[in-house]
Amino acid sequence: MSYSPVTETPPKPSHPRNTWSPTDPMDQVDLGSIDFIPPGEGRAYTFGRKTIAVFRQRDGRLFATDDMCPHKAGPLADGLVGSGKVICPLHMWKIDLETGRCLGENGAVRTYPVRAVNGRILVTLTA
Amino acid sequence: MAGTQKERLVVIGNGMAGARVVEEILARDSDRFAITMFGAEPYGNYNRILLSNVLNGSQRTEETFLNPLAWYAVHDIQLHASVKATLVDRERRAVIGRPMRTDAPAYGLDGCAQAVPCVEEPYDKVIIATGSRPFVPPMDGMGKRGTFLFRTIDDCEQIAAYAKQCQRAAVIGGGLLGLEAARGLLTHGVEVTVLEAAPQPMSAQLDPESGDLLSRTLRQMDINVLLGKITTHILGEEYVTGLRFTDGSALETDMVVVSAGIRPIVEIATDSGLAVERGIVCDDQLRTSDPDVFAVGECVQHRGVIYGLVDPIWDQARTLADVITETNPASTYEGSKLATKLKVMGVELASMGETKKTEPDDEVVIYREPSRGVYKKLIIRDNRLHGAILLGEADTASTLIQMFSLDTALPERRADLLFGPANGASLLAAADLPDTAQICNCNGVSKGCIRAAIEGGCTSVMQVGAKTKAGAGCGSCQSLVAQLLETYADEVVEEPSEHYYVPGVPLPKPELIAAIREKQLKSVSAVFRELADGKEDPGSKIGLASLLKSLWPDEYEDERDARFINDRVHANIQHDGTFSVVPRIYGGVTSPAELKRIAEVAEQYNARMVKITGGQRIDLLGITKENLPKVWQALGIPSGHAYTKAFRTCKSCVGTDFCRYGLGDSIALAQKIERRYQGVESPHKMKLATAGCPRNCSEAYVKDLGAVAIGDGKWEIYIGGAAGGTVRKGDLLSTVEGHEQVLTYMGRFIQYYRENAKYLERTYGFAERVGIEHLRAVLIDDTEGICERLDAEIEKAVAAYRDPWSTEAVRPRNVSQFAGPLPVETSSGTWRETPREETVQ
Repeated sequence: MSYSPVTETPPKPSHPRNTWSPTDPMDQVDLGSIDFIPPGEGRAYTFGRKTIAVFRQRDGRLFATDDMCPHKAGPLADGLVGSGKVICPLHMWKIDLETGRCLGENGAVRTYPVRAVNGRILVTLTA
Repeated sequence: MAGTQKERLVVIGNGMAGARVVEEILARDSDRFAITMFGAEPYGNYNRILLSNVLNGSQRTEETFLNPLAWYAVHDIQLHASVKATLVDRERRAVIGRPMRTDAPAYGLDGCAQAVPCVEEPYDKVIIATGSRPFVPPMDGMGKRGTFLFRTIDDCEQIAAYAKQCQRAAVIGGGLLGLEAARGLLTHGVEVTVLEAAPQPMSAQLDPESGDLLSRTLRQMDINVLLGKITTHILGEEYVTGLRFTDGSALETDMVVVSAGIRPIVEIATDSGLAVERGIVCDDQLRTSDPDVFAVGECVQHRGVIYGLVDPIWDQARTLADVITETNPASTYEGSKLATKLKVMGVELASMGETKKTEPDDEVVIYREPSRGVYKKLIIRDNRLHGAILLGEADTASTLIQMFSLDTALPERRADLLFGPANGASLLAAADLPDTAQICNCNGVSKGCIRAAIEGGCTSVMQVGAKTKAGAGCGSCQSLVAQLLETYADEVVEEPSEHYYVPGVPLPKPELIAAIREKQLKSVSAVFRELADGKEDPGSKIGLASLLKSLWPDEYEDERDARFINDRVHANIQHDGTFSVVPRIYGGVTSPAELKRIAEVAEQYNARMVKITGGQRIDLLGITKENLPKVWQALGIPSGHAYTKAFRTCKSCVGTDFCRYGLGDSIALAQKIERRYQGVESPHKMKLATAGCPRNCSEAYVKDLGAVAIGDGKWEIYIGGAAGGTVRKGDLLSTVEGHEQVLTYMGRFIQYYRENAKYLERTYGFAERVGIEHLRAVLIDDTEGICERLDAEIEKAVAAYRDPWSTEAVRPRNVSQFAGPLPVETSSGTWRETPREETVQ
């Protein structure tokens, strides 16, 4: 599962869904405040040569994928987002944000586990 | 999967066949293979079928790319571009490749760079997809400046560049590709001669009579067609000056394009000790004589046949992917029946199977209509279609191709096959077909597969399509799917979703509007919450936003995530993710000072191109998102709205200001129109023009709204014109007096269009749908008594307009409205590459 609900309180270790104990601190990257992404939109983040897109649905769910449509490398972070899908702004390819698979077309993007903790976005770059 | 070694698959050849087979493999099992591809061309793969469009300039090179280089990265495919595989070393189980010289053609026999280390890739499985190379008939002088082949993007670019300095061009080869080359050359303004060795063009697809008819049609298009000409010499010292033929005659020409067929590229197979005859010999599972080496595409010889069309190659790729991924190890390819449907220089043509009578009992049906260039012929044996030619008119082609490839019994009335049944019924009885019959040729879906989907509960064409992909390609088989539904489904359901206003809210437009009004829903998220169980379908957001805005002009709650990116950042997204900036230039009239400022901004913010648009505006292309607010501030000019569904531009001619023919002040009028209606949103974009006289230099007749001066202060108002993908002359709404009346009637029409058109319906579609008489009655004669209200509504919209550039450049709507990718420091400072199988799935 590549998402979890936005939580405004620290995770409770007893609750399995919110259990988060970093085994390798490098795996978890703090992308900054959740407020950077307006509700229902996506934004891009770069790590050197790599760019990922993080999406914040209005229902609070977060998703992260590579910021590159498998079709013509369109910027997915600029797409339309909702019900676990993003529509690429270039040629309207639709991508399932949970699996990374393109819907109705061949191809897939890589997805990354991402969650909000204390209002900050944490993405796991290595699973 | 982590830790286990993937099987190594090496694909030799990066053309359409190689890339297609990789796509098919990834679709079946994206984790099974570590894939490496060799491509002798320096590009990602591209659609060779579109090359003639590159040559005639109707498509750019980039548009033919099937998979950009990024695709290979996304799928973790290692691509050796510009590296030619030369040997499959079956002892050491490695493919050896050598980098190409940059000047060598990809299909050449040699061309590998010397003194560069070889590339070596170990393999578990190999797929050879080397394709074919142009066949050059034996003749002297090939290689002189001005001689070309027609096979790759590079060939196209060189031909186009060379044609600029030529007056005459000759094409050797009157087959399909030769004629495409000739069409491309025509657009470069050269006189074109096609030379064919046979006594007719396209002898593979046409019989002599239809060949003659096509020759006549081509000649009418100013293409010189010479038949029975075999070239012996290309004349000229360094440059081509002419051709000499076996009959002793000669032709003067400045360039020669050879397009005389193709031959499979088989050297790597021969050198590697695989069985090769004319092509690489493969069994029904596309396996060569080595069980770990497969082949696909034009290099393959299967059951003695070599195919040069895409459909058989797609079939081969599917079987090969089934077999190599073991998703269907028993899958077999049993050959393809050849049928093509295409346009040769704008002439419709379909051809399948045999072109002439071969058995004494063959029944031949022919229809001729030479004055329209129409010829239709059927070859029928045992009440089955064995061949057909449709030239000049090919309405029944899809059905004939189905009947031909499915080998179905034919209707008694043969005329129905040529012209379609008089009663409009379907010719094909889908129920009679065997389960193995392929119904959807685009996606390779059999009748059995569709039947299983129907028996599994699908009750509509759409559901069958979603389940099996049948009908999702060209759509021509949907009537067959509908027939199968009637036969096998307990009940056939008309898909209600076809009537929904947007796919994500299950209501037709009137019911949707009623529900929105009743529940007082003023934002897109509120509609999803109340009417769609909270499911925020992204594909429905923009349509809903448009509807809500028109229903609640003052109270609409503008949620920015319901806007397309262009409308979030007020600029037009380009293919590389940068944006184009078009400042408002009223009526297309600018000043030296404004031009200087635009030039400075273009330089300061690295506009990669500065382009005059079709609407008489200046477009700064290649601006990054984060620079948009700075660019707008530096320009100090309002938005030109070249990105949204709204009033775009009003262009003009110089009218009475300068033109000696001018009858009316078209510039002042255009500026008034544009200042008044700029940015007013509508169901689709609106492009306007004013013309100072009926010479129509500003193309006002073919605009969404146009005003044309006819003298004495009178203006004609045209609506519903179009000169894009659709071309339509506007309808004359009325002739009025003076600028003010033009402004009033245009505004009235705009408001009526805003209220009554469907979302994304352009004015030409709207005008045709409601009819000009109706529009005249309502907007001029006020038969519905709404003109006063329309005038007031449009006045409100005009008054409400705010230039988004000047407001949002200084006060962004949210903290990251114009943010580009945000750089993030990881604690290790670098990105760690993750193995693919661990993250996808």
